[in-house]
Amino acid sequence: MIKRIAAVLAALALTAAGAEAQEVKVGVNLPYTGIGAEFAQLVDRGMELYLKLNPDKVRPYKITLIKRDVKDPGGANAKIVVQELLTQDNVDVLAGWIYSPNAIASAPIVTAGKKLAVIMNAGTAHITTLSPYYVRTSFSMWHAGYALGEAAAKLMHAKTAVVGYTDFPPGKDSLAAFKRAFESHGGKVVDEIPMGSAGAVPDFTPFFQRAKDKKPDVFFVFVPAGDHAAAVVKTYAALGMREAGIRLIGPGDITQDTKLQAMGAAAVGLVTMHHYHADLENAENKRFVEAWKKEYGAATTPDFMAVGGYDGMAAIVYVVQTLKGKVDADKALEALKGWKFNSPRGPIMIDPVTRDIVMNEYLSEAVMKDGRVFQKVIGRIDAVKDACKEQKIGPCAPK
Amino acid sequence: MRDEHPAARALAGRHRLRPWEPIPWVLALAWYVVFPKHLGFGTEVLVTILFAVSLDLALGYAGVVTLGHAAFFGAGAYTVGMLAKHGVWNEPITSLLLAGLVAAAVGLGSGLVLLRTRGLTLLMLTLCTMALLEETANLGHAYTGGFDGLDSLPIAPLLGVFEFNPLYPRTQYLYVLTVLFLCFVFVRTLVHSPFGQSLTGIRENTLRMHAVGAPVRARLVVCYTLSAAVAGIAGGIWAQANAYVNLGTLGLDRAATVLIILALGGHGRLYGAFIGAAAYMMLSHFLSKIYPTAWQLGLGLLLVVIALFARNGILGIGAALWRRARLPRATS
Amino acid sequence: MIVGADVASVLLGGVAAGMVLFIVSVGLSITMGLMGFVNLAHGGFAMLGGYAIVYAMKVWGLGFVPALVFGFVVTAAGSAVLERLLYARLYKAAELDQVLFTIGLVFIMIAAVTLWFGPENQPVALPAMLQGQIDLGITRYRTYSVVLIAIGIVIVAGLWLGFERTRMGAQIRAAVDNRRMAESLGINIDRLFTATFAFGSGMAALGGGLGAEFLGLDPQYALKYLVYFLIVVAVGGLGRVTGVFYAALLIGVLDFVLKKYLPQGGALFIYALTILVLLWRPQGLFGARA
Repeated sequence: MIKRIAAVLAALALTAAGAEAQEVKVGVNLPYTGIGAEFAQLVDRGMELYLKLNPDKVRPYKITLIKRDVKDPGGANAKIVVQELLTQDNVDVLAGWIYSPNAIASAPIVTAGKKLAVIMNAGTAHITTLSPYYVRTSFSMWHAGYALGEAAAKLMHAKTAVVGYTDFPPGKDSLAAFKRAFESHGGKVVDEIPMGSAGAVPDFTPFFQRAKDKKPDVFFVFVPAGDHAAAVVKTYAALGMREAGIRLIGPGDITQDTKLQAMGAAAVGLVTMHHYHADLENAENKRFVEAWKKEYGAATTPDFMAVGGYDGMAAIVYVVQTLKGKVDADKALEALKGWKFNSPRGPIMIDPVTRDIVMNEYLSEAVMKDGRVFQKVIGRIDAVKDACKEQKIGPCAPK
Repeated sequence: MRDEHPAARALAGRHRLRPWEPIPWVLALAWYVVFPKHLGFGTEVLVTILFAVSLDLALGYAGVVTLGHAAFFGAGAYTVGMLAKHGVWNEPITSLLLAGLVAAAVGLGSGLVLLRTRGLTLLMLTLCTMALLEETANLGHAYTGGFDGLDSLPIAPLLGVFEFNPLYPRTQYLYVLTVLFLCFVFVRTLVHSPFGQSLTGIRENTLRMHAVGAPVRARLVVCYTLSAAVAGIAGGIWAQANAYVNLGTLGLDRAATVLIILALGGHGRLYGAFIGAAAYMMLSHFLSKIYPTAWQLGLGLLLVVIALFARNGILGIGAALWRRARLPRATS
Repeated sequence: MIVGADVASVLLGGVAAGMVLFIVSVGLSITMGLMGFVNLAHGGFAMLGGYAIVYAMKVWGLGFVPALVFGFVVTAAGSAVLERLLYARLYKAAELDQVLFTIGLVFIMIAAVTLWFGPENQPVALPAMLQGQIDLGITRYRTYSVVLIAIGIVIVAGLWLGFERTRMGAQIRAAVDNRRMAESLGINIDRLFTATFAFGSGMAALGGGLGAEFLGLDPQYALKYLVYFLIVVAVGGLGRVTGVFYAALLIGVLDFVLKKYLPQGGALFIYALTILVLLWRPQGLFGARA
């Protein structure tokens, strides 16, 4: 009798322990409704696709995604969502964050919660310094901005530039990054034009008119990905700036894959610097894009936000495997320091010091190929770090 | 003799405590005990109630239809935020009083100038004033943090002892509840005082009040200023509870939401703010987990129905039902 | 000459933007002046019209102009139905109820559009003839902007003639100035309201479709630009076509100039200016004194 009870108890204990080691809860916060809905969908799909394509890497553990809607970039909702994920849902890992203000607002709660937090999009440079548990698999505005400033001066031989940017922190980050790199390589930024707020797409005509009047070699534009970018390309064409000899350059946000085809011929000639676009020709990306189209529809395409989700999930799964399902935050951070992965964007690594991503940056030009707009890679810089934290500029300096 | 007429008795007893009045407070305390993991959400609801009460003062009692009330909320929030973030002052209670004062100043200034107008003009002016403040806050991003806002505000522990824990907001909840209670007592007393009665008169029949010789404009401005002060306190505790301020505190979204909440609950009845805020935020929080886009559709339908059929929100429906229930007894 | 080209481009850009504002807002001004009704859903009608136009072009392959006509008709008809069924009940209601009703209506519109079309921006494909640049002697400018200015002038002229020379126009003017008097003269106010409302919403739809090139078209359109439309109406004065026209031009040009020369200011100046104008003349620049 006692033996039987003991056996049953032992079996229960084993299954309980096994069950705990089996399931890992990941709390995902994304703006599923509101203006960020389409971005949330891209990151969400990226995460799910990684899990779908790599079941062998996840086994024998089970990753449960608990998804919560943050609704807006206002910060307050994000705080409540993160707090509830930690205290009510008792998640093991946090993930998500499209908007920088939400990531900034969540930082104290993340620190208090002592769980690994993977940022899958928010790009303001100093975010990773706000909490020791933040690891970023997306990008920093300085990755593309700084690299482009260098490329504009060295590869495109531009001497003068006008910078137009949406007047919010990622825009200011982009401006600072580009200007620093461009001017340290012999160029001169002759005008800086704040172009309205991120909330609504303004009519860009007056800003572009001002840029055109200054007659620079290049016009560096940063606007948030999405509808702003389409308006930018349209206004550039409508004002005849290309004919006036002004090249439009910017980070890949302005040629976001999901909007690129709708821009059509107007986008041809745009030069962008980014860590990812769907036309990258490496084996991993070909597999990724094919799987994406099969899963979500031939007319859809992944973009840099999707890859942020994909790689973020890869990092989480790596941590789960390495720590055998018991995701302790400090051990997880140790495991991710220097973690390397073959992403669809090329080889990536998590910087051991800054916990930010190190990756390639590709200089691409938009051309027409086979009746669609194609981004041709015309240059590449390997293993780019976030220059803001590297050079300890402003808020990126260690506190 | 004079106390025997039921109408006179009703009028004289308006300020007396009704038996059901302690209920919201009991419920709020019960929430603390029963749902210790939902205190973050609970705190947000309490702050919204206070904000809605302040709007009720302006809208329900003074009759000022404004889409710009978040201007005062934001003024209070940023006062607390900037003082704390820039290391000037972070004691919570005094910061809160300062927040109320600053917001009152903004209310007084704008009230004196704007309350000469009415209708669409007043609506637009309140809206533009708030938008102006928002743009100014964005421009002054060196002080206000701009779009990203001011994060991780170092608020000193309450009374030197009770810390504000970001993960387990127990202190925040009780602190906000206390502030709400005190402010509510103040507003309730004000509303039932002769001053409050004159406001009702202004709202119902301005012409007659002028004829009676009541200082209409002065009363309106005072009421508006007090409403702004309470809104500023609401903004201040929001900043303290969240340790965070950003432009959303000054946005049209917040101003429109509080208007909707008051309409839902019923304006001019003080407790409408409680019901409206609780109902709206519960629905928003739990429905949007299940049906995100349908939430907006449902809210829109609800508003249309209320505007068409239930002229004063949930409390209005409740009052109408109550009256109808009592009527047969009176005539029989 | 350089200065001339500069001024010309600023004027052209500003006036074109102003024309879009005018076309969308004129309906709002007339209905608010006529019915005294705060219609915050007006931006929603502009949005619905824009989506109807995009739908007609993308799914049925209609050309730009036929699609615009379609958008006008569909939105006018739909709004007439809404007016008879719902708006009419609230004409005597308190301002708050009107505000709430129209906010609720806008939410329904936004949700409906999101559910049907999705949250992304819908591009409007302009016919090739309207794209590119046009040579105007002093300067080369965006063809579409010039075309918009021409359309705006035609519309304002047409509306002015309509109000001044036709019977219905006279009836509307009479009802705006003094409704009771107009009623006692035998004018059928109900029919007038419905017709005016339908026309105003149709115009909004037209503006939504024409302006999509500048302002974009997505579910948030209804609320994003509402403040601008309201500013134009408040500054111009309720119920006056010419008032709205001048106010729209003023705001369009001012906004353009400020954005070009003082982009750091953001929308600050527009708000400050609106406040100053409304404090100086609460009835708007051209409105009748209440």
